[in-house]
Amino acid sequence: MRKVAIYGKGGIGKSTTTQNTVAGLVELGKRVMVVGCDPKADSTRLLLGGLSQQTVLDTLREEGEDVELDDVRLGGYGNSLCVESGGPEPGVGCAGRGIITSINLLEQLGAYEEDESLDYVFYDVLGDVVCGGFAMPIREGKAQEIYIVVSGEMMAMYAANNICKGIRKFSEAGGVRLGGLICNSRAVDNEEEMIKAFAEKLGSQMIYFVPRDNDVQRAEINRKTVIEHFPESTQADHYRNLARAIDTNEMFVVPKPMETDELEQILLDYGILETA
Amino acid sequence: MLDHTTSEITPRKALRVNPAKTCQPIGAMYAALGINRCLPHSHGSQGCCSYHRSHLTRHYKEPVMASTSSFTEGASVFGGSPNLRQSLKTIFQTYDPDVVAVHPTCLSETIGDDIPTIVKKASEDGIVPRGKWVIHASPPSYAGSHVTGFSNMVKGMVDYFTNKGEKKVKGQINILPGYVEPPDMRKLKSMVAEMGLTPVGFPDTSDVLDTPKTGHYEMYPPGGTKGEKLLTTGASEYTMAMGHFSSKDPAAHLELKGGVPFTLSDTPIGVQATDRFYQGIMEATGAEIPKAQLDDRGRLVDMMTDYQHYLYGKKVALWGDPDQVISLAEFMSDMGMQPVCIITGTPGKIFEKRLKAILEGKALMPVIAQKQDLFYLHQVIKKQPVDLLVGNTYGKYIARAEDTPFVRFGFPILDRAGHSYFPSVGYKGGIHLLTSIVNTLLDRQDRDAPDERFELVL
Repeated sequence: MRKVAIYGKGGIGKSTTTQNTVAGLVELGKRVMVVGCDPKADSTRLLLGGLSQQTVLDTLREEGEDVELDDVRLGGYGNSLCVESGGPEPGVGCAGRGIITSINLLEQLGAYEEDESLDYVFYDVLGDVVCGGFAMPIREGKAQEIYIVVSGEMMAMYAANNICKGIRKFSEAGGVRLGGLICNSRAVDNEEEMIKAFAEKLGSQMIYFVPRDNDVQRAEINRKTVIEHFPESTQADHYRNLARAIDTNEMFVVPKPMETDELEQILLDYGILETA
Repeated sequence: MLDHTTSEITPRKALRVNPAKTCQPIGAMYAALGINRCLPHSHGSQGCCSYHRSHLTRHYKEPVMASTSSFTEGASVFGGSPNLRQSLKTIFQTYDPDVVAVHPTCLSETIGDDIPTIVKKASEDGIVPRGKWVIHASPPSYAGSHVTGFSNMVKGMVDYFTNKGEKKVKGQINILPGYVEPPDMRKLKSMVAEMGLTPVGFPDTSDVLDTPKTGHYEMYPPGGTKGEKLLTTGASEYTMAMGHFSSKDPAAHLELKGGVPFTLSDTPIGVQATDRFYQGIMEATGAEIPKAQLDDRGRLVDMMTDYQHYLYGKKVALWGDPDQVISLAEFMSDMGMQPVCIITGTPGKIFEKRLKAILEGKALMPVIAQKQDLFYLHQVIKKQPVDLLVGNTYGKYIARAEDTPFVRFGFPILDRAGHSYFPSVGYKGGIHLLTSIVNTLLDRQDRDAPDERFELVL
C-alpha cells in the first residue's frame, strides 16, 4: 500500500487534483482510500457526488468513542473509499488536534489493515503546514510520499518551498519523501519551464503539468470529477496521465528547500522579466 | 535521598529539578476562593481541576470546592463552548453560587476558547441568573507561576466588578493583600480598620479556608469578599497593593478602571516592610498608626535584640514565592542573619533587582535567582553551607540530606501545622516568624551540644 499526501497553498486545487487523480487510479483498477484533512470536509465531494455528512469528528462527538469504520467511510466513484476527518467551525476549537484525533481513530479502527487490501491512501491536507496537527499525515508511519500542488504564481511557490521545509524536517525521523510537484496551471507566462526549474532546484521533479481547462469547473458544479463527467475530454486524459505518472513514479527525494532570495531569482529568471 | 547532588553547577536550560513554583490555575483558584459564595470553575479536563483542588486541600486541610468543564477529545477539537455552557447551567441549578470564577487550563488556552464571548452569550440566553456573576482570568500554566495565576484572577475581579465614576466613599480603601495566607488577609484588614479606615480587602480567604468546626457542612463558608463589596472598589479613595508579583497588575488595572490611585508596597513581613505599609497608608489617607501597633513593633524589636546573639551571622538559604521571599530576606538581614542563597521559581527580573536594592551594602551579596529550582539551591549550599533553610515543604529533602535546620514558610506546606492560623504579616506576624526561627536554631543547638555544654538557660 502506498500512502500519499497532497499538500499545497490554499485554493491551488489540491482537492480537485487529488480526486481526479484518484478517479484515474481507480480506472487502472487500483483500490484507493481518500482521507480529507480539511475542517470544511469538501475533499471527497467530487468522488461522492456531494458533501459527506458523516465526518469522523462529528461522529466521534455524537456517538462517543464507540465508532465503527462503516460509520465514517463511504464508497465513492469507482469503488474508491472516502473519509472526511472534519473539524470545528471557523474560529473555534483546534482543527490541528482534529486531524490528529481523526487519523489516530482511523488507525485504531483498522482502516489501513491488510484485509482492506488498499493500493493507495491519499491524504488531502488543508493549505500550509501551520502546526503539528497539519503535519500529522507526514509523521512517522503515515504518508511516505508527498506531492505538492503548485502553480507559477509566486505565493504558491513560496508555500511549496515552505512545505518542503516541513518534509525535510520529518524525513529525518521517518521515511517521508517528496515524490514531485504537480503543476496545476494558472496560465502564468513560462509556467512549465519555471516549475520544472523550481522542482530541479528542490532536487525533485515536476511530475506532471495539468493545463487549465474550464471542463474542470463544469464537472465540479455537477459534483463530479472530470473523468466521470467528461470521460472523453483531453482534460480527463491529462488526469489519467497524472495518475499513471504517480503510479509509476520512482523518484522519491528529501527536498532541498531554498532561501527566499534564491526562490525569487527563479521567478526573475523565468517569469517576471519576460513580461516586464 | 538527595545524597548525590554535586556542588558543581552546570548550566541547564530545559530541565527543572524540584521546581520552586507550581501552575497558574492553582493561584487563580486560591484567589477565587477569596470571593464570598464563589465557585472556582476550571475550564479544561478533569485532571487539572483535581490536582489544583487536592494541592490546596493538602495545604489548608480544608475541603476545596471547584467545578470543571470536563473536556474530552471532542471538546479539544470543537472548542469548549458547549462544555462551559452546560457547566454554568448545572452549577447555577445545583450549587447556587453567587459568583463563578472561570479559569481555563492550558488546553483551553491553547485552542483559544473565547471565554468572555461564551459567557456573554450564556448570560443573554438566561443561563446565568440575574444578580449572579461569572468572571474569568486567563492563566495558562506554561507562563508564569501560581503567583501569576493569582494576580491574573485578582485582575479579573477588577475587570468584572470595578466601575468608574462612582462617588468616593470617605475613608474606604482597597486592600490587595497579594498571595498570602487566610490569617494574613484577616490581619491586614484589621490593621487597616484599627486606623479608623474602612478596608475593602480582596481577595479574602479568611473564614473560607480556616473555618471553625461546627459539625455542619457549608458549601460556601461565610468568608470571602462579597460581590456587592467588590462593586464598590471604584468608590474607594485609595488602594494599598502588596507585592509586586501578586498585586501590581490588579492595582494598576483598578487605577485605570476605577480611577483609584495606589501605593505598591512589599508584603508587610518584618519590621521595615510593615513600617512601609503603615507609612504608605498614612501618607495617602492621613490616618494615624494605633498605639497598640507601635507597642507590637516595640516588642518585635525587643525580641530581635534579645535573641541577636543566636541570629547574628547565621547563614540562611530561602526560597518560595517572590513577594514573600523579598520581605523575608529583608527581615532576616535586619536580624543580623546572612542570606546566602535566595531563589524563586516564579519568573521576573524585578525579583533580583528588588533584593539587590534591599541588601545593598551588606557584608556579602547572596546568590539571588528567579526562575530557578531547588536543585540549584541545593548545589549552591553544597558549596556554601548554611545554618538554616527557610521555605516550603519541598525543601525537606535538602534539609535531610544536609542535616540543616528547616523552618517551613510559604506555599505549599504539606507536612506541618500552623501556617493557616498564625499570620506572618505585621509586627505580630514578625514575632511569630522570629519565634519559629529562634526555636528551630535553639533546638538544633541543644541537639548537638555535648553534655558539658548542654545548658538549662539559653
